Amino acid sequence: MTTESTAHVAHHFDTAEQQQKAATFGMWVFLITEIMMFGGLFTAYIVYRWMYPDAFAEASHHLDTQLGALNTAVLLASSLTMALAVRASQLGEKKQLIRRLLLTIALGSVFLGVKAYEYAHKFEEGLVPGAFFRFDGPHAHHAELFFSLYFGMTGLHAVHMIIGVGILGTLTWMAARNRFSPAYYTPVEIGGLYWHFVDLVWIYLFPLLYLLGRHG
Amino acid sequence: MEAADTREHYLNADYGVKSWLLTTDHKRIGLLYLISITLMFLLGSMFAVLIRLELLTPGGDLVQADTYNRLFTMHGIVMIFFFLVPSIPAVFGNFLVPIMIGARDLAFPRLNLLSWYVFMVGAAFTLWAVITGGVDTGWTFYTPYSTTASHSQVLWTAIGIFITGFSSILTGLNFIVTIHRMRAPGMTWMRLPLFIWAQYATSLIMVLGTPVLAITVFMLFLERVLGLGIFDPALGGDPILFQHLFWFYSHPAVYIMVLPSMGVVSEVITCFARKQIYGYKFVAISSLAIALLGFLVWGHHMFTSTQSVYTALVFSVLSFAVAIPSAVKVFNWTATLYKGAVTFEAPMLFAMGFIGLFTIGGLTGLFLASLGLDVHVHDTYFVVAHFHYIMVGGALMGYLGAVHFWWPKLFGRMYSEWAARVAAVLVFLGFNLTFFPQFVLGYLGMPRRYHVYPEEFQVLNVMSTLGASILGLGYMIPLVYLTWSLSRGPRAGANPWHAAGLEWTTPSPPPTENFETVPVVTEEPYSYPISEAEAV
Ligand SMILES: [Cu+2]
Repeated sequence: MTTESTAHVAHHFDTAEQQQKAATFGMWVFLITEIMMFGGLFTAYIVYRWMYPDAFAEASHHLDTQLGALNTAVLLASSLTMALAVRASQLGEKKQLIRRLLLTIALGSVFLGVKAYEYAHKFEEGLVPGAFFRFDGPHAHHAELFFSLYFGMTGLHAVHMIIGVGILGTLTWMAARNRFSPAYYTPVEIGGLYWHFVDLVWIYLFPLLYLLGRHG
Repeated sequence: MEAADTREHYLNADYGVKSWLLTTDHKRIGLLYLISITLMFLLGSMFAVLIRLELLTPGGDLVQADTYNRLFTMHGIVMIFFFLVPSIPAVFGNFLVPIMIGARDLAFPRLNLLSWYVFMVGAAFTLWAVITGGVDTGWTFYTPYSTTASHSQVLWTAIGIFITGFSSILTGLNFIVTIHRMRAPGMTWMRLPLFIWAQYATSLIMVLGTPVLAITVFMLFLERVLGLGIFDPALGGDPILFQHLFWFYSHPAVYIMVLPSMGVVSEVITCFARKQIYGYKFVAISSLAIALLGFLVWGHHMFTSTQSVYTALVFSVLSFAVAIPSAVKVFNWTATLYKGAVTFEAPMLFAMGFIGLFTIGGLTGLFLASLGLDVHVHDTYFVVAHFHYIMVGGALMGYLGAVHFWWPKLFGRMYSEWAARVAAVLVFLGFNLTFFPQFVLGYLGMPRRYHVYPEEFQVLNVMSTLGASILGLGYMIPLVYLTWSLSRGPRAGANPWHAAGLEWTTPSPPPTENFETVPVVTEEPYSYPISEAEAV
């Protein structure tokens, strides 16, 4: 091995392979902590949906299913472009890598834009929990619980999306500066793992929040 | 002697504040933690002093109820989140995990430094809460008191604990990856020191439990700021849900505190009994068993909070099950001592203290896991005594054992053995005098968290305060002789205890890269006795 190809190996690793495996494994462990963190919110959701099924269904009807479905499609597409970006980095295709990363960033931004539009709309309708919450009917308090969870879960997810866009931006910048090669593309790979995880969370959030009581 | 001075090691490799604040050397980060948590320990002790002084008399002579509530709350929060949880992992785990497995550093050195900064930011928020009046909810933050009724600094403290949690997560993640990926050639899983197994099990709990605490504290924060109703029964929320989420972390957190100490005891006992550990595999696997079972027993904190009888029954049985791996450890340590060439240096005294006190703490835990008895002693001093036997008699004893065992490795100097033995005995006696009377108090019905009590409880409370004074003295003496040893202590060789383990094969203090050449492991752990030639 020439010194150039091992320049990215930190002093405490023996080989590039060891470093790559450690980084990937570290990201998997991190994603497990993320599952546990979202798990707290999912637990609260399960408890209250089980306690107040009618109120939850009623409150769920105030969400825009079409926008939710659109965002689901957007995120799935972004997962595809991300996977293709990882592939490009493995093959050392710099231009393709940058193009696909930028495309992923664009899709993530569309998602966040739609989400912001939805939030603004909820704000106008008085569906943001707290002092200004307005909801007619006997289920007001329980509907407020639903919206607390809606904003808590989608809000935490959106924060992860924003961080994800930041990561992708950094990866694009690194790619432009020739930091990756077929021998070293670990950051793209673990950035991809993170991005897929955030997408996956949404795949659960969408039906749990938007599609309640819509069958039959 | 001066020749030893010129050797380059991790302490003199670089000088200046910047070389410490920007270091990515796991050993230096361990020392940063050592200083930080020692300060937090002193802060937490101050609250304990005030509590014990108030309880000298039955009336409210020193402080009134509101102040007292803040004292015991801040004592709990500072000691648990800012001393006990980080203690052994952040100081000795950081220092030893790479050395013990023959690596040059943790897998993610910069993440490791970040964890210290995160810890300090969390501590700063919590200190701000202390300065501006403190918190009065109890360290458990039970809702809806913490969300709607309390007028104390719940928000700042919640932010502090939320942030500090991430330092724990980062440490755990780093250890897990390091132990999986960074072992030296020949260091197979079944050759890992038991300290490493304990750190591994602890890291699993940190990684799986702490995120749940983080999100729970975050929900509490939002509820208090925005007036949400997630835990507020008046708005359809369920305060019991808070208790479930809180204890899902906070029961396993007990094992975050005590498992590392068990790892320390395994190292110390084998060294000073000069024997191979009895039943290595069982001791190793029992750490994992404790970590995993520990996640299934949180409901034993909620026997009196509207839990169904059947749920309580399951939690009770599972809590009893934790006794099995715990007992495996105690029996195996005892068997290791049997026919060993036992000597009683200071680390050994702390380790022996651990075994005795942990056993009492564990057995009284079974009392509390029994449904009927728990209703009687719930929220009494019996519980206070029980968890102090685990967390102080267990975790803190182990921490002190670690300090005394690895001090020569950390700094290359020996402390006064005689003074250290005095400290160990004082801590043991003082501890028992402080907390054993509290078992009796609790059994007689004295509830926890009150600053006044009926006169018939005074004798036992005076005993407890007296014991606390002795205990305090036992903690102060090491501060003196350990500080003294840094400049005046005789130089320790690479292996002053004639101990087995890779950390004793490298000079004290170790070089920045830990080893001059990558070690190759060829034998089982704890291959005692160590020959004189090896123990240079
Ligand atoms: Cu418990």
